[in-house]
Amino acid sequence: MAKITLDRVRHSYTENPESADDWALKQLDVVWSDGGAYALLGPSGCGKTTLLNVISGLLQPSEGRVLFDDRDVTGVPSDRRDIAQVFQFPVVYDTMSVYDNLAFPLRNRRVPEDQVKTRVHEIASMLELEGVLGNRASGLTADGKQKISLGRGLVRSDVNVIMFDEPLTVIDPHLKWLLRSKLKELHQEVRATMIYVTHDQTEALTFADKVVVMHDGQVVQIGTPVELFEKPKHTFVGHFIGSPGMNLLPCEIVDGFPSFLGHRLETAEAVKVPAGAERMEIGVRPEFVSFADEGLPVDIIKVDDIGRHRIVEVHHKSQAIKLVTPEDTPIPEDKGHLVFERDKTNVYADGWILS
Amino acid sequence: MIDKTTNQRAWFLVLPVVVLVAFNALIPLMTVVNYSVQETFGNNVFFFEGVKWFEQILHSERFHASLLRQLTFTGIILLIEIPLGVAIALAMPKKGPWVSVCLVLMALPLLIPWNVVGAMWNIFALPDIGLLGRMINGMGFDYNFTQQPLAAWFTTILMDVWHWTSLVVLLAYAGLSSIPDAYYQAARIDGASSWSVFRYIQLPKMKRVLTIAVLLRFMDSFMIYTEPFVLTGGGPGNTTTFLSIDLVKIALGQFDLGPAAAMSLIYFLIILVLSWIFYTLMMRNEEQ
Repeated sequence: MAKITLDRVRHSYTENPESADDWALKQLDVVWSDGGAYALLGPSGCGKTTLLNVISGLLQPSEGRVLFDDRDVTGVPSDRRDIAQVFQFPVVYDTMSVYDNLAFPLRNRRVPEDQVKTRVHEIASMLELEGVLGNRASGLTADGKQKISLGRGLVRSDVNVIMFDEPLTVIDPHLKWLLRSKLKELHQEVRATMIYVTHDQTEALTFADKVVVMHDGQVVQIGTPVELFEKPKHTFVGHFIGSPGMNLLPCEIVDGFPSFLGHRLETAEAVKVPAGAERMEIGVRPEFVSFADEGLPVDIIKVDDIGRHRIVEVHHKSQAIKLVTPEDTPIPEDKGHLVFERDKTNVYADGWILS
Repeated sequence: MIDKTTNQRAWFLVLPVVVLVAFNALIPLMTVVNYSVQETFGNNVFFFEGVKWFEQILHSERFHASLLRQLTFTGIILLIEIPLGVAIALAMPKKGPWVSVCLVLMALPLLIPWNVVGAMWNIFALPDIGLLGRMINGMGFDYNFTQQPLAAWFTTILMDVWHWTSLVVLLAYAGLSSIPDAYYQAARIDGASSWSVFRYIQLPKMKRVLTIAVLLRFMDSFMIYTEPFVLTGGGPGNTTTFLSIDLVKIALGQFDLGPAAAMSLIYFLIILVLSWIFYTLMMRNEEQ
């Protein structure tokens, strides 16, 4: 068990990185508190796996330090970091039985056989693998194999962190639910720090207490699911989380308040434009936009009924805005007026929120 | 439920293949079967002899001796080529420009015609003018493969290892490169030693290709003819007369068509049965 600190970690896969694009990880200063359940969320290629491999020691970062509590482990190899990692595709040792698979990490560390036995049975009952302990691992289904990979991580009582690299990719949809709630349950049981990498927001938001959103080699926001939803720190978070994503409207700041194509909008407090900011935007989620008798005049373009609510696409002077309305609210025909919830309307300068 | 339509005319579609197989396999094989139960003194006159030739071959000392030589030879080259091939494959680079260089170098011996291989090694190993022969003698060993049975065996085995280990290497390398990186990473995290990685990851993942390698090397080496024929001609004496060389001597040297045909069939059955045993043993665990 340990707190994990990434101290100015940068990594590049090229020998002599020159431009910013050469860095797979631009600069990371992240602290993962002991026992937390984190999700690492981001699109493919944003550096999630690289970050994971830096923590597990499979990769040496080009710059910066990795600390477990106060111990610098940057140069320590994976097998001596006491970490566990579950990969996208299940890794099992085909020729061994399920029991031997689970015992493998312990036996490699010369744990006495009687302790191995109690520990393996403990983990097997936790993962509901007791019935198949004697079977060959190669005969199991994908979710069974993934449980073994997970079990090999859990079997050591001294793991600092368990990392999951998109572990449910190859699992059938109906089993995904089961395995996901199992993971959540296990976290409450063993209280180890868990980091769960995914590009699926549903997975991230259901598993984690805290979500770390990555974009283009950087961490753009760390927060609870609610924080990510209501106050995205970066337009990327607004766009990536939520369906449909946040509306982003170009604006200028007049007297401390944003003006969208000449229409003044209210925000919780007056904003100050930072020096040198080039691009100002208003961000408001479709859930916080509604029709009203007066407000921003719009043309209604399209209404999608998706069950309990509807997604309406409207245009204001050819600028598209989306809103989500409950299914029983009336929608005006052709033309209407919009209001934005004052507290939930954020202003962004060059992509970053102004507070 | 899907109703299967039955249309017997579909058999016409496989007719060309049936004809082709009949001409290149079945008919020649049946000719051999035909010879094996008859006696001839020429002029296309045949007498039915039953299983006499089979009994004769199975009791013949000469056949036993060649079979023993054949089994010994095949056993030795399998014991050398399979582990050596795997070891070379493990030592080959995993990526980078050297991969293709290594692969081409490895494939070279496989591209040389078999009789050329025999001729090459014959000259190479000659004690008076050959590079290898001169070298071994220069190191103080008395080496002459045309006269010493042991030297003849040594040279034949060395030639076969040179010629065919590459095949095992290429197959094993293909098996190794199909192992995803995650396996090695997981093993590192689990604290596995490099022996464990080989024993529990690489070897099991190579199993299928190694089965193919063993089968191919078994069958090919059991049928070996051209290279030892060119290298030693089966000598000195009969010491390197393997089954196929012996067979050709009986069939074309002595024109004993009946015994030769019976021996061919026994030879064929031995290969078939041994291949089946190899395959079953190596695939035994697969079905569990």
